[in-house]
Amino acid sequence: MIINEWITNLGRYMLLMKRVFTKPDRWSLFGRQFVNETYGLVIDSIGIVCLISVFIGAVCCIQIQMNLFSPLLPRFTLGATTREIIVLEFSSAVMALILSGKVGSNIASEIGTMRITEQIDALDVMGVNSANYLILPKICAMVLFMPILVIFSIACGLIGAGLVAYFTGNPSIDTYIYGIQAFFEPGNIFYAIKKSYVFAFLIASIPSFWGYYVKGGALQVGRASTKAVVTTSIMVLLSDVILTKLLLA
Amino acid sequence: MIEVKNLYKSFGDQSVLNDINCRFEDGKNNLIIGMSGSGKTVLLKCLISLHRPEEGEIYYDGRDLLKLSRKELILLRQEIGVLFQGSALFDSMTVAENVMFPLRMFGNMIAKEREARMKLCLERVNLPTALDKYPSELSGGMQKRVAIARAIALNPKYLFCDEPNSGLDPQTSILIDQLIDDITKEYDITTVVNTHDMNSVLGIGDNITFLYKGKVEWKGNKDNILSTDSGPLRDFLFSSPIMRKLID
Repeated sequence: MIINEWITNLGRYMLLMKRVFTKPDRWSLFGRQFVNETYGLVIDSIGIVCLISVFIGAVCCIQIQMNLFSPLLPRFTLGATTREIIVLEFSSAVMALILSGKVGSNIASEIGTMRITEQIDALDVMGVNSANYLILPKICAMVLFMPILVIFSIACGLIGAGLVAYFTGNPSIDTYIYGIQAFFEPGNIFYAIKKSYVFAFLIASIPSFWGYYVKGGALQVGRASTKAVVTTSIMVLLSDVILTKLLLA
Repeated sequence: MIEVKNLYKSFGDQSVLNDINCRFEDGKNNLIIGMSGSGKTVLLKCLISLHRPEEGEIYYDGRDLLKLSRKELILLRQEIGVLFQGSALFDSMTVAENVMFPLRMFGNMIAKEREARMKLCLERVNLPTALDKYPSELSGGMQKRVAIARAIALNPKYLFCDEPNSGLDPQTSILIDQLIDDITKEYDITTVVNTHDMNSVLGIGDNITFLYKGKVEWKGNKDNILSTDSGPLRDFLFSSPIMRKLID
């Protein structure tokens, strides 16, 4: 029964994406929507991304401080380890999970409300490809600008860890700065960015799917929003495993 | 003119429309009336291609809606204006942007012409001053009027109204009915109104189709509806105390 539902939903998702990825009816309206979505989904998320990244960077640094006992390990290891955690996993995958909640619920409830208030029917009746008009700008905005959020997140995470080093002096800020440069592999940044493209697509498309097919009222919109966040989180984690194996192994 | 022939629609095992045959004429207010659950909204959604019937034919001036290609359907939809039950205005757009939306999407007008057309449509529905307001800042009646302005922006040949009076006080209801009637006569369009409001039935019902349990039970107009012999229609008409008093 559950497998049957999953396969049905997968099929409907594919058919929806087929409708989404068509040429926009009017490029000028697409451009306007794209700018609005970039503002609403990306620029509005910069604050929360930076805030969380600073704190997580700080917590990473404190945790490593507390668990790094061996006198054989140089102190700059703390900076290098924090950098690796932030670049490889936190700023792409964990940040994607956080955005699944913030952006995902926003998209699902917005499109779901448009569905139950017949706004999507109004678009369809006018002859507008509603899936393309509503969803494509969201996907484009997220995919295009998610790497920038990842870069912001990396920078803020490293600053957060640096603040801990600065105020505790363990290690000194100079050692920390040396640490975050030691054994640095630029490829890891590209790895994080590549992952972010896939996550961005999932974060924008899955909640759109749940919102687009809502039937009923406010209760169903709430349920769709929850389903959107849960499904997107699972898919982000699943794709994280696959991408890590493909890109790093 | 819109012609419906042998239309069947069901959801799962539940048959909603059963062998519907009716005709909606140009320049007239064609009302579909019936009790809740009689299939009015489903019929209207079949007419505007939001639902696909299992069987039957729907002709828009000779064009079979169900046999149109995707491109032809998009072109036909540009000839259709719809007033939804809840107005269905786009929340994120102002009144002016809502009315200009179909013009931006499908019109070949320059910005000045679009703006002039938008103002004309809003003046037509007596709302010339609400340009910069958002739908949430308007009353129910004003929202309906903006929705009518949006529906007529592209000069439609067919206008569909789903329960245009729902949630409105009797006076505003009559104003909306008058507006629909004026627009129908002025632009000579085929208007289909889905309602169970007796004021609308007796006020603007040029051509009335009464649905009962998914079937066409009675056809007529506002002049002969009160003298009907149909039992279900009489039950429907005289269910309210006001109508009973009127007939006594």
